[in-house]
Amino acid sequence: MIVRKSDAEIATIAQAGRIVADCLEELAATVQPGVTTRALDQLAEEFIRGRGGVPTFKGYRGFPKSICTSPNDMVVHGIPGKHRMREGDVLSIDVGVTYDGFIADSALTVPVGEVSGQALRLLDVTRASLEAAIPRCAVGNRLGDVSHAVQAVVEAAGFSVVRSLVGHGVGREMHEDPQIPNYGDPGHGAQLESGMVLAIEPMVNVGDHEVFLAPDGWSIHTADGSLSAHFEHTVAVTAGGPRVLTRRRSERA
Amino acid sequence: MSRNMANKEEAIEIEGVVVEALPNTMFRVKLDNQHEVLAHISGKMRMHYIRILPGDRVKVELSPYDLQRGRITYRFK
Repeated sequence: MIVRKSDAEIATIAQAGRIVADCLEELAATVQPGVTTRALDQLAEEFIRGRGGVPTFKGYRGFPKSICTSPNDMVVHGIPGKHRMREGDVLSIDVGVTYDGFIADSALTVPVGEVSGQALRLLDVTRASLEAAIPRCAVGNRLGDVSHAVQAVVEAAGFSVVRSLVGHGVGREMHEDPQIPNYGDPGHGAQLESGMVLAIEPMVNVGDHEVFLAPDGWSIHTADGSLSAHFEHTVAVTAGGPRVLTRRRSERA
Repeated sequence: MSRNMANKEEAIEIEGVVVEALPNTMFRVKLDNQHEVLAHISGKMRMHYIRILPGDRVKVELSPYDLQRGRITYRFK
């Protein structure tokens, strides 16, 4: 059942979203060759708590850290640790913040130093697929419209959409109904109503869409070893149109 | 944090014994795992006029979404 949120509740999620957005910007600015993912995690935790929030991921189903850091062929759910970033890497960072009982979730993928043209294209396409999906989160549309928007952009560029992982509703819980795949048929799926809050997260691979779970029980990797990118925003469906609750300042520019 | 796509309807099949017959061809079945569930007769069995009485041993399909409800899919001899 898809829980709809009141205007006041959406405002609280927006506050959580602001912390998430600012945190991601802080982390993106810190990413450089030589920095460890553990350092990013520590920075994130301090930042989030300093703003009065709580890192949602820490302890969620046993996840040991505050953020997910997923380099290169790791798609999502990477556990921050001693991985030291190198020139040419791409790094996906996923942050969730609980503020006043409500959760916002957002992610981005950044290049580390100079990266290949294909990597840059991957990031642009993935970001674009999310931007194409956001306007579809309008009252009266169906979930399939959103999912299809992502798929269309990604596949037109020759990349593949990860199928076994999905976006999700978000609110008081991290993962709520509905499930939001990044592929689908327009006109299918649940009807969107105002008050729904959706975490839309395209996960895109350069090569094949297949992924596997690593022995650490968390991190997901591309089966063919190709690069993968991930962007995510928490979007509220409102009568006045879709409202992105995790917009970063640098994105408005 | 993304979520794993739920697998499409993994039903669980368990055997049990029919405890009582309720109105509307519903049955209370005591499963081999000692749980009691409310089960209805499957369409296929209805179509072939297969009768179920208390005391019959049956196979029940449980939905992963509601483990108190099931569908009787087979009656053992």
